[in-house]
Amino acid sequence: MTDQAYNFAYLDEATKRMLRRALLKAVAIPGYQVPFSSREMPMPYGWGTGGVQVTAACLVPEDTLKVIDQGADDTTNAVSIRSFFEKVAGVATTEATAEASVIQTRHRIPETPLHAGQILVFQVPIPEPLRFLEPRETETRVMHALEDYGLMQVRLYEDIARHGEIARAYAYPVKVEGRYVMDPSPIPKFDNPKLNMSPALQLFGAGRECRIYALPPFTRVESLDFEDYPFTPSKAAGQDCAICGASGSYLDEVITDDAGGRMFVCSDTDYCATRVQEASA
Amino acid sequence: MYVAVKGGARAIANAHAWLDAARRGDRDVPELGTDQIREQLALAVDRVMAEGSLYDPDLAALALKQARGDTIEAVFLIRAYRTTLPRFGVTLPVQTDKMDLSRRISATYKDAPGGQVLGPTFDYTHRLLDFGLAAGREVPPARQADTALDPAPHILSHLGGEGLMQAEPEGAGAVPDLTRDPLEFPAERALRLQALARGDEGFLLSLAYSTQRGYGRNHAFVGELRIGTVRVSAQLPELGFDIEFAEIVLTECESVNQFQGSKTEPAQFTRGYGLVFGQSERKAISMALVDRALRAEEMGEDVSGAPAQDAEFVLSHCDNIQSSGFLEHIKLPHYVDFQAELELVRKMRRAAGADAVPDAAE
Amino acid sequence: MDGLTPGFDHPATDAARAFRMVLDAMAHPGRIVTLDGPVAPAPCSQAACVALLTLADATTPLHLAGAHDCGPLRDWVAFHLGAPLVGPEDATFALGTWDALGPPAAYRQGTPDYSDRSATLIVEVPALSAHGTRLTGPGIETAAHLSVPDPDALRGNAARFPLGLDFLFTSGAQLAALPRTTKLGDG
Repeated sequence: MTDQAYNFAYLDEATKRMLRRALLKAVAIPGYQVPFSSREMPMPYGWGTGGVQVTAACLVPEDTLKVIDQGADDTTNAVSIRSFFEKVAGVATTEATAEASVIQTRHRIPETPLHAGQILVFQVPIPEPLRFLEPRETETRVMHALEDYGLMQVRLYEDIARHGEIARAYAYPVKVEGRYVMDPSPIPKFDNPKLNMSPALQLFGAGRECRIYALPPFTRVESLDFEDYPFTPSKAAGQDCAICGASGSYLDEVITDDAGGRMFVCSDTDYCATRVQEASA
Repeated sequence: MYVAVKGGARAIANAHAWLDAARRGDRDVPELGTDQIREQLALAVDRVMAEGSLYDPDLAALALKQARGDTIEAVFLIRAYRTTLPRFGVTLPVQTDKMDLSRRISATYKDAPGGQVLGPTFDYTHRLLDFGLAAGREVPPARQADTALDPAPHILSHLGGEGLMQAEPEGAGAVPDLTRDPLEFPAERALRLQALARGDEGFLLSLAYSTQRGYGRNHAFVGELRIGTVRVSAQLPELGFDIEFAEIVLTECESVNQFQGSKTEPAQFTRGYGLVFGQSERKAISMALVDRALRAEEMGEDVSGAPAQDAEFVLSHCDNIQSSGFLEHIKLPHYVDFQAELELVRKMRRAAGADAVPDAAE
Repeated sequence: MDGLTPGFDHPATDAARAFRMVLDAMAHPGRIVTLDGPVAPAPCSQAACVALLTLADATTPLHLAGAHDCGPLRDWVAFHLGAPLVGPEDATFALGTWDALGPPAAYRQGTPDYSDRSATLIVEVPALSAHGTRLTGPGIETAAHLSVPDPDALRGNAARFPLGLDFLFTSGAQLAALPRTTKLGDG
């Protein structure tokens, strides 16, 4: 049931129109960060306010919403955001990736391949991929305008010189359609290949930083690399999921005792549970 | 067999029930009324109104109660409520020179028309704990003058008459609104002042202090500090006249700062400006000093890279709802990213020939 | 202001459904979607009417071009949107036929540091069909086809990427989108 004290999907209509205009421009310029006048939401900045605003602007009553954090449906912030939309939009919710029409996520892309018609909404803390090289917005904006990504290339190459590889495990920068360098949000670089040519629409919301950006379906997304040091997605080496046995999924390491014991399990809880269910059927 | 942790929803519900109980505290102690907070913790209420950007003492008192006295949490409650409110229009500028004064002091003149009015200040109190307050001592009413103070002109207007004080240009066009448009740089002064007015008192205090200690020094005096009540009015085009609809308490500070002059301008004094909801003079003075520091470039001063002179730095970090939200979000699970780092560090250690961590999982 | 047509029956949910259709169209250039909903005075199509109700308001200057710049439609805009009516150079949205809207260069193209600050043109066309110019680019798996006016001018617009205009083509209740990223082939 929708909470009658609030408008459908919480936001007022003027705010939704503002968000929707920004979303359309974001889709029209893949990878470019569109400034939008982010609103204060009833959850803190940094806890998914950008994703929540994007989801609120997109939801229709017929949607089925899935919310994950770290790949899991039952992590506390995912639970909190899901119950927010149950309350203010009255939409159906699901844990099944395939059944969701809108998926809001923090830090993961589901293992189950997304299909056409789905919308994946990412929560983004720092949307600017150049921010850690140059803290000033006034500078990074010019770098994007001039397509001047030399500083990023230099930094990545310094990593190789120092560590033998690019020392970035997550929020690994990508180039979109050969033009804008984009932060894919803090997903592990294991997930980067899923961004490329996805049939789903991928939307990114950064509330505190007031930025929205997007990847339309079937958009070319390349992880930055060098010819002699090609990008490699990575995960826990040589491990399978201890619960479902999956070998190709991203794994969390769980400490099982105080004697150094540990095990590896799927971070995508729906993927893991579905595999267990299918195996026992 | 390992079983993944479940039950996030129940854990959240239980935590919130515990929060409600903890807020109430010992049930043998009478519950605090929001009217008591409004009347007796008025400066906390004022701070919540100022940084929450919403003038409503009753709501601010409620927010403080709900937040268990946590100022920033209370500000957050007010901001989240404020953003859902419809906008009916824009008021006319308030006339602070017509203010009904409760306090008005100047450090730059011994006396001035309108006089020095100390008002309800902590200044010159000896900071000795008053155990009588704990014992419930009755406070006798303060003596009151027979007549209210006349409105007093701004003290800096006397300097302006001599041409010694730099005049402020009339604002051109609509005032920007950072709650409706994302911050953009360079930010004009009206936008900077708007951000500072709702900025965190502690952050602005530290920045202002840093200018006094030499990080962007600009030699500030408190030209005038005034606290009092102003009337708020709006133009109603349908009616064809202005209508007064509210009274609010404001604190205003104008700092007097030196300016060496330039080839085109003779030496004169310049101004920093602070204006804050309620009685918040520490905030108003801090704001004036930071405002003046942010004008360093336009004054042609040597911009030394001091934090208080850097508009992008100050404005991007002065909002305590943004900063506390982002700071505290690192409490949220980050184990996916941490796992990715873990793998990377292990791999780099292996590549560097460092001893492998004994693998007890095998 | 006589004879004003109604707006959305259920503003929040009707606008939400309409936006999803427009978003779907923009994310899949060339895809033709149907926008159900209220109608505005002639010559405004139903799809253009619903798109404007969904996206435009007092903060979005609107240019009405040619026959669309008529009294009844101006009144409708004033009542339902409150959008200020402006010339092409100041418009966030513009509405009219391709010929009436005039050369794309007259509209805001965005700036190198803010490429999003460009106009969106709502182009009323006699009919929309999935035949005609071949479209490729983001949002399109292999290729799409759409009947578009003046492919040469649209090619010129795409060549300005990341600057340039974005287009919504409307006919009756149908709408298709063409963002600046779409490459136009022959035919």
